[in-house]
Amino acid sequence: MGAALFTEQLLNGVQLGVQLFLMAAGLTLVFGIMNMINLTHGSLYMIGAFVAAALFGHTGSFLLALVIAVPATALAGALLEAAVLRHFYHRGHLDQVLVTFGLILVLNEIVKMIWGAVPVPLPVPQLLSGSVTLFADVTYPSFRLAILGVGAVVALGLYAVVAHTRIGMWVRAGASNRDIASAMGVNVELIFSLVFAAGAALAGLAGIMAGPINAVQVGMGEPVLILALVVTVIGGVGSIKGAFIAALMIGVVDTFGRVLLPPALGSMMIFMLMAVILAWRPRGLFPVHG
Amino acid sequence: MASSPASYRPSSDMMAIAVIVAVLAAVPVVASLVGDPFLVKIATRVVVFAIAAVALNLVLGFGGLVSLMHAGLFGIGGYVVAILAFHADDGSRLFDLFPGTTELSIGLPLAMLVAGAAAAVMGLVSLRTSGVYFIMITLAFNQMLYYFFVALQQYGGEDGLQIMSDLTLFGHAMIGRMPFYYGCLVALALVLILVQRLINSRFGMVLRASAQNERRLTAIGIAPLRYRLTAFALSGAIAGLAGALLAAGQQFISPAEMSWVRSGDLVVMCVLGGMARVWGPVLGAAVFLVLEIVLSGWSTHWQLAFGLLIILVVVSLRGGLIDLLHLVGRRGAPR
Repeated sequence: MGAALFTEQLLNGVQLGVQLFLMAAGLTLVFGIMNMINLTHGSLYMIGAFVAAALFGHTGSFLLALVIAVPATALAGALLEAAVLRHFYHRGHLDQVLVTFGLILVLNEIVKMIWGAVPVPLPVPQLLSGSVTLFADVTYPSFRLAILGVGAVVALGLYAVVAHTRIGMWVRAGASNRDIASAMGVNVELIFSLVFAAGAALAGLAGIMAGPINAVQVGMGEPVLILALVVTVIGGVGSIKGAFIAALMIGVVDTFGRVLLPPALGSMMIFMLMAVILAWRPRGLFPVHG
Repeated sequence: MASSPASYRPSSDMMAIAVIVAVLAAVPVVASLVGDPFLVKIATRVVVFAIAAVALNLVLGFGGLVSLMHAGLFGIGGYVVAILAFHADDGSRLFDLFPGTTELSIGLPLAMLVAGAAAAVMGLVSLRTSGVYFIMITLAFNQMLYYFFVALQQYGGEDGLQIMSDLTLFGHAMIGRMPFYYGCLVALALVLILVQRLINSRFGMVLRASAQNERRLTAIGIAPLRYRLTAFALSGAIAGLAGALLAAGQQFISPAEMSWVRSGDLVVMCVLGGMARVWGPVLGAAVFLVLEIVLSGWSTHWQLAFGLLIILVVVSLRGGLIDLLHLVGRRGAPR
């Protein structure tokens, strides 16, 4: 593998990792704070992409689509949380799995009823349709580079908020011990609703950015959801830092696995990585709960 | 999750199993009376998925382990039979070592063995964790198996693998839908009796106790891991048998049968039927699959109704259809 190809694949891996992080950030906090397994996170990813594609179809502006679709997904997430999921925090995990599983079927079908079963086009924005020469003979598509940039900025911002603000402190307190945090006067329910909406916005953002690369179609969120679950588990439920490191790891390992290994083995690499890490550390790399 | 040991009445459970098997045995007769052979096809599907759901319920209902990898194990069983037939058909050897075979008396046990071994290995990793972690890890393993078979181009990849030659059982060609159906039904009956006896044995007591209070179990000196792992491997082997029967019956297996949604479907079958009884998932599988056919014939957007139904069951019917039966039974004969 030459240096040029290596660089390109490495960038692809990091870009996938960054996208996974956007998905996993919401998931890991939802798991961490409310101990709630939420399989509908992939549906929010899909909703973000579809809303953006519809807006793009009407306005022709990718930026406008992005700016409206992200809050719209946050709103959808908030509605979902308030209408259904909120009633299942105190139920067992099995009930949570079943309800969110049922919701996936419902949301997929609603999207299919509105936009149809055929993929909806969401092209790469004009400004970013070219490619950039990085150095010597290495060129890389601008759009993928932009994804990388946006993801990195969001990750940094998220880290800053979670690690260095009062709200972030409440979130961390809630993730580490909900009851104690609540007893200390943190409004955990409110914090959680905010976290859920923010997580939905990030999932929507990931979906919108993936739209031009993959296809905007029904069920697009589920493969990503499962990768994000793997990231969450490896990183340690509730840990933003763990999610970030695990996401980059999974992104790079998956990308190189597919390039270097025979397909049957390459597609299994990340799951084997997960198995090895969990055999070594059953609670993930950075466990939050004691 | 599992009901308390005191509520167990093994004799009435055996009775229920007998009734269910008898009803299923009557389906071909009804089908020929009504003149609708399609019924036997549906019933075969019900019986095959019932075996898989009963297998899942051993760990889900009695072990308290929410596994989302059973569709993967189910698919492994199917692929074992199909790959053996593939090699028998084209004369090549598996791993350049073993000749293929179309003989089910070899294929079915081998399918159980491979699926059981896979369940044991993946169970060993998954069972080190619990709760949400366990669910997510089994889900991830299911996808691993799915992508593995998608990537196996030699065996059809995403398109699946067709079984070209006729399968045999002890040298007899399995001609006709009817003998195959009864064969599957015998398998279901044996699995039900086996699991019923198992959960009432000491092993089953420990397994159920581990679901209810792990700490207490550990305190009296029993480490639950061995029991859970054994149950998981056995459950995987039975799920593999079901997958093998599916592949044999439809002469085809594809990764679509292993998608994580299928795993979710199996969990829904258990919950729908009722997890507290060994035979609950049989009811669940029957209602689920019949509903699937009815709803999909009724509207292209049937999954909407299906999703809402699942949510409704979780919200209101905690004990599954068994609870409904009890309600009806109580009304008929007040205690």
